Amino acid sequence: MRVIGGRGGLSNVTMEQWFGVLILSGLGVLVLDLVRRVVFGDLTVDTLSVFVWRGFVDGLIIALAAVGLSMTYAILKFANFSQGDLVTTGAFAGWTAAYVVAGIGVADFGSTILLNADRGTSARELGMHLFGAPVAIFVGLIVAALATILVALAFDRLVYRRMRTAGGIPLLIASIGVALVLRYLVVFFYGEHTRGVTRSSPTVDHALVFWTDSLHVHQATLIVVGIGLMVALHVLLQYTKLGTSMRAMADNRDLALITGIPTERVILLTWILGAGLTGVAGYLIVLEQETLSFNTGWFLLLLIFSAVILGGIGSIYGAIAGGLIIGLATNVSLVWIPGDLTEVAAFTLMILILIFRPSGLFGGVETA
Amino acid sequence: MSRDVPVRCDGGNDSESRDEERANGPTNFLLNGNARPRWLNDILIIGKATVVVYGVFIGLGLAAGLDMNGIVSTLQQVTLLAASFALVVLALNLHWGYTGLFNIGVAGFMAVGAYTMALVTAAPDATFPGLGLPLWVGVLAGLVASALVGFLVALPALRLRADYFAIVTLAAAEVIRLVFNSSALHEFSVLGVELGTGGGQGMSFPNLRNTVSRELLYVGGDPTAGPTLFGRPFMAVGDRLELSPSVVEGWVYTVVLVALVAFAFVVITRIGNSPFGRMLKAIREDELVARSLGKNTDRVKIKVFMLGCVFMGLAGIVWQGRRGYIDPNLFLPIITFYIFIALIIGGSGSNTGSVVGAFLFAGLLFEGPPFVQRIVDATFDLPHPPTVYDGAVALGDLDPMPLLGYAVGELPNLRFVLFGAVLIALMIYRPDGILGHRNEPASPIDLTKERAPREREHAVADGGEEDE
Repeated sequence: MRVIGGRGGLSNVTMEQWFGVLILSGLGVLVLDLVRRVVFGDLTVDTLSVFVWRGFVDGLIIALAAVGLSMTYAILKFANFSQGDLVTTGAFAGWTAAYVVAGIGVADFGSTILLNADRGTSARELGMHLFGAPVAIFVGLIVAALATILVALAFDRLVYRRMRTAGGIPLLIASIGVALVLRYLVVFFYGEHTRGVTRSSPTVDHALVFWTDSLHVHQATLIVVGIGLMVALHVLLQYTKLGTSMRAMADNRDLALITGIPTERVILLTWILGAGLTGVAGYLIVLEQETLSFNTGWFLLLLIFSAVILGGIGSIYGAIAGGLIIGLATNVSLVWIPGDLTEVAAFTLMILILIFRPSGLFGGVETA
Repeated sequence: MSRDVPVRCDGGNDSESRDEERANGPTNFLLNGNARPRWLNDILIIGKATVVVYGVFIGLGLAAGLDMNGIVSTLQQVTLLAASFALVVLALNLHWGYTGLFNIGVAGFMAVGAYTMALVTAAPDATFPGLGLPLWVGVLAGLVASALVGFLVALPALRLRADYFAIVTLAAAEVIRLVFNSSALHEFSVLGVELGTGGGQGMSFPNLRNTVSRELLYVGGDPTAGPTLFGRPFMAVGDRLELSPSVVEGWVYTVVLVALVAFAFVVITRIGNSPFGRMLKAIREDELVARSLGKNTDRVKIKVFMLGCVFMGLAGIVWQGRRGYIDPNLFLPIITFYIFIALIIGGSGSNTGSVVGAFLFAGLLFEGPPFVQRIVDATFDLPHPPTVYDGAVALGDLDPMPLLGYAVGELPNLRFVLFGAVLIALMIYRPDGILGHRNEPASPIDLTKERAPREREHAVADGGEEDE
């Protein structure tokens, strides 16, 4: 992993550690400043808790997509640049299904099948929120996962399977090609405009969580589904033969093949799990953000990559932790910097952490 | 690296070139007297590509019924774009083709060059003020700034493995773009000097294209004065073909760009053949070996990264900065991928391939589809249904025209699908590109004849070049 230090091996390590100390002390200063601001009342606890909550929600979305990316990264050994567009695919496919189901008898099929590309139906008309059209939204969730799986498998068959032994960079370049094809096929069918897809979330008044009296149902759904899927994935990977095979393949593909692990089948299942999670992530992003454009996933891609790299490629727990860190970083950094620079903070954090831990925070333990 | 994968192609050429090799014999590969010099061969290949692209556009232009002015203007736009691409692709070839540094942050370094020039040259009393210095100062400042930013990015990035390196460079490019896009830099002051990038609105500065071309074309840069010695042949051709002054000016700027490409080509080729260049190729082939031989590969990588960034900054200045207006959207990551597709079409590792790839990509893939769309729109009266659904419904009634009309209307978007498909097909069937097999080996002498017979045939069979 790490470039071998040559004659300066020892001093290189010291430099990395020196850098690590610097970053940690920088983070420490920021935390102290945060405490100071809260204590002296520059920053209300309410505002901070909103930042943290939104960071958690964003982080969970990123984590879901990042887990999918991390799995394919570990098994197929390449950085899949089409991951962002798989997110978009899931979102469009799922919400199209939701619109079609909700639009039966209410709206014109020609309008719902293209997710309102002709601006003929509106989310208001279909009552597109969790209490307004629960069945449609559930159907959409399933379709989002299934459609993304199908698309990913199709591209695996058409592109990646022919290049299994080609090495990381050629596969990465091919995946950029796949990303372009996917994104602009979406544009071909659905058009370029950003559309409002769902209505704003209904809220429930409660006394469960302390920082806010009303809970956004859509955010809560996202959190429940996201955490549920992650726990299920954890169980699947830890306690089934598939998980063991995947870990074996991530470690050494040739050895796994010799041991009798059906590698092509594991790859197939990896795509199914990874793409399914990615599609669900795309679907849930729209549930939370309410809008969708063909660029939605592409803009998330670098954040997803940041999460995966932060956590260490191949480690699903790393991806989850990385996603949460990135989500929190993009939101809590609002305390210090303007809103249009939050992604800069996240990317800079990723680059800095890579300097002192080139294989990520959880790197080296490939658990997926 | 793509070169690791031997892919057989051009089946038709196989027997021919094998015969050729037999005739030449294994011993006289260095003394091949009949072979054209390599540089002449390169110029011929680039010339062929130019003729092909020009031929296509002249043909399409005639089909669309354009007059001479229109055709010459179209050719100028295509050449300008191709030369701009060629400049960046050559720089990327220095990074990736020669050294194996997978830099996908090209757009960011272009942005640094262009924005620095803009900030240095913009008038102090403009909406978004700059320093108001002359253009050449701005260009120099842009190049220096690109080199410095390249150095900053290289420091953390070079310690990482290839795919991490790729993502870090992409992230750095996005950081650069988002910073220029940020309202924080909308207007700011450094040491009491007011500056501003205009954030998402973009900023204006003296028009580089007009200044350069008028300076060269007219005495004292004044359009009402007579032409200079350099401008005279341009004006003569312009008068003969009845071109408008703006087209002539455009061509002058394009010629300047082509000269820059030639300059970059010569510089990068010379670097490639120098001892420094051999070190680059050694790093590409096996960095550990290069280190073991006592080479300070870190320093070499940082140097070459900075050098490539200077060329990228230059390209950002003369390409995206030529209109006297820039905004962050000119430097989206997709620009980097254009450059990559062009490089991969041409074949990474070959400078000639870089230029040819830039020409083919800019001409056929990038400018081609919108041009075809304009012609089809002008010639045929196709219906334009608002959505693909209406087209599909009509197809159900056995009327393919609405769907066709919709597809033609979407051609500017569909070409991105084409880019992706071309990229995928190249990676599967021809990862070496058109001329990638010519990438120079790390050794100063040709080692291809020392390989096993099977591989040797492969090396020659790809293109049948006599001087391989």
